[in-house]
Amino acid sequence: MNIIKTIAPHPSDYLTATELAEIDHEVSIMETREAAGIEALKVVQDHRGWVSDDSLLAIAQYLKMSTAELEGVATFYNLIYRQQVGQFVIHICDSISCHLNGFPVVLSAIKKHLNIEYGQTTADGLFTLLSNVCLGGCDKAPVMMIGKNHYEHLTAESAIAAIEQLKKSVNDVEGVSP
Amino acid sequence: MKAMTHPLTHLVNLSAPLNLEQYSELGGYQGAKTALVEHSPNEVLEIVKASNLKGRGGAGFPTGMKWSFVPNFEANDPRVQDNKYLVCNADEMEPGTFKDRLLLEGVPHQLIEAMIIAAYTIGANKAYIFLRGEYHLAAKRIQKAIDQAYQANWLGTDIQHTGFHLELYLHTSAGRYICGEETALINALEGKRANPRAKPPFPQVAGLFGKPTIVNNVETLCNLPHILKNGVNWFKEVSPNSDAGTKIYGACGRVKNPGLWELPMGATIGQVLNDHAGGMSDGLKLKGLLPGGASTDFLMPEHLDVPMDYDSIAKAGSRLGTGGLIVLDDQNCPVAMVLNLLQFFAQESCGWCTPCRDGTPWAVEILTRIENGQGSIEDIDALLNLCDFMWIGKTHCALAPGAVEPLKSALKYFNDDFMQHIEQGCCPYHRGH
Repeated sequence: MNIIKTIAPHPSDYLTATELAEIDHEVSIMETREAAGIEALKVVQDHRGWVSDDSLLAIAQYLKMSTAELEGVATFYNLIYRQQVGQFVIHICDSISCHLNGFPVVLSAIKKHLNIEYGQTTADGLFTLLSNVCLGGCDKAPVMMIGKNHYEHLTAESAIAAIEQLKKSVNDVEGVSP
Repeated sequence: MKAMTHPLTHLVNLSAPLNLEQYSELGGYQGAKTALVEHSPNEVLEIVKASNLKGRGGAGFPTGMKWSFVPNFEANDPRVQDNKYLVCNADEMEPGTFKDRLLLEGVPHQLIEAMIIAAYTIGANKAYIFLRGEYHLAAKRIQKAIDQAYQANWLGTDIQHTGFHLELYLHTSAGRYICGEETALINALEGKRANPRAKPPFPQVAGLFGKPTIVNNVETLCNLPHILKNGVNWFKEVSPNSDAGTKIYGACGRVKNPGLWELPMGATIGQVLNDHAGGMSDGLKLKGLLPGGASTDFLMPEHLDVPMDYDSIAKAGSRLGTGGLIVLDDQNCPVAMVLNLLQFFAQESCGWCTPCRDGTPWAVEILTRIENGQGSIEDIDALLNLCDFMWIGKTHCALAPGAVEPLKSALKYFNDDFMQHIEQGCCPYHRGH
């Protein structure tokens, strides 16, 4: 269990100027500062991959709300990651249309290929596997979402190919820059 | 002409949605112009009431009546200065439902035009689109369309020199099905946990930040430009029955051609399933279906002639819901299907009230037992009891009753399948597993 520290970092020391500017924009379109909480969590997550305890403390302080309240919000919503995740988070749809169209076969193939269960991250830190409720791709089931991209009409083979493609894209980039 | 028979979808372009200029050239923003220039807000309200437009998000509540509950304060009332809000519910998360995605990704300007009309009518100067977090492409396209609308003075101050002022913002959510419930959505928009609120007060009186608020579904709103442009009579005549307008119907499951079709309201289940979705996939037979998303009662092959309008589907024992068929074939296990649905509801329960928080996982436990061949006849009674404990009036919101609908109807229609699981000690559809 994470233990929340009582001494918060100063938000402007901890959050970057870009993050602060994006959070300020969200604050500006809402009536109260705390109304921007969810968007602020998403802003920091976009930049850092997940929301650490320090991030949470800094955001709460910046929005002038209690840490406990923001933690209550952060843990309610499944697209906010309160634990470190891999570079790519696989959200596989486990709802009814995907179920009827054989998603369990795709799921087992992904688990076997990456050697992880739901909620786990691969040893190389690249992939985290999570389930997701209906992704709204029911006519193209089974589907999954990785990052901002949706993958449709999945088979065990095409799902693994998509994962390998992402792995290759990372290796290519790393190969170019020393 | 497609514009008259397929008003909502005739301009859909999923590969490259129309920009503001292209959309306007093809008749876009004419409805908003008609509303703002030719009518007072009260006149628009009367037009929408007369059109008999009903909510397309699942509940089917008359839109004009919903709007009429927003208070009109007298000029000397201090509350006349208060904000009113319009919120578009684009939190499409009902399993088996993907119709709003088509409108959001395919013709984003139509929604913005619709929101201008709705906001003008209820006197809102601030509006939000509450979009589910997973619809990344829709978010990108909607934001682009909003930016174009500001540049062209269809949003912002003194819209098209009519004196009407509207700020429109996109809010992307961070998940959870319960956000689709309108008071939970309002809490989420206020940055809180998305627990539904107690009603009354209703959002029309005290909603977002405690101010009068209207929450409408994407598809509902998208009807407005066409009602304003083509008139009430046209809207009523599009449909062969008393539920006016068109409906975007869908079909998923193992059918030949799953997808979405905009048809006159009241197309039959058989027309959607056989004429448009091409019938069942090869070698499969129709076992049953949910007519409007996960939280509707099963209907059976004998219901194929039932028109998909609010009253007819209700008479057949289900709900029109979102109008998206989820089709069960004869080689998928109905118990496993209901188990999957209940797992969804148990996971997505917000945990606020006991019948839902405890009842939905309990149903999952029992269904898992039955599906694994370890169920007993008492388990059926326990499930029926749960259906009673989780029904309307005993829960804080409609989530648990929504879970009861497929469960209770499955117990009725697929009783033989449940009994076979219990008697044979295994799932007859997965023998040997």
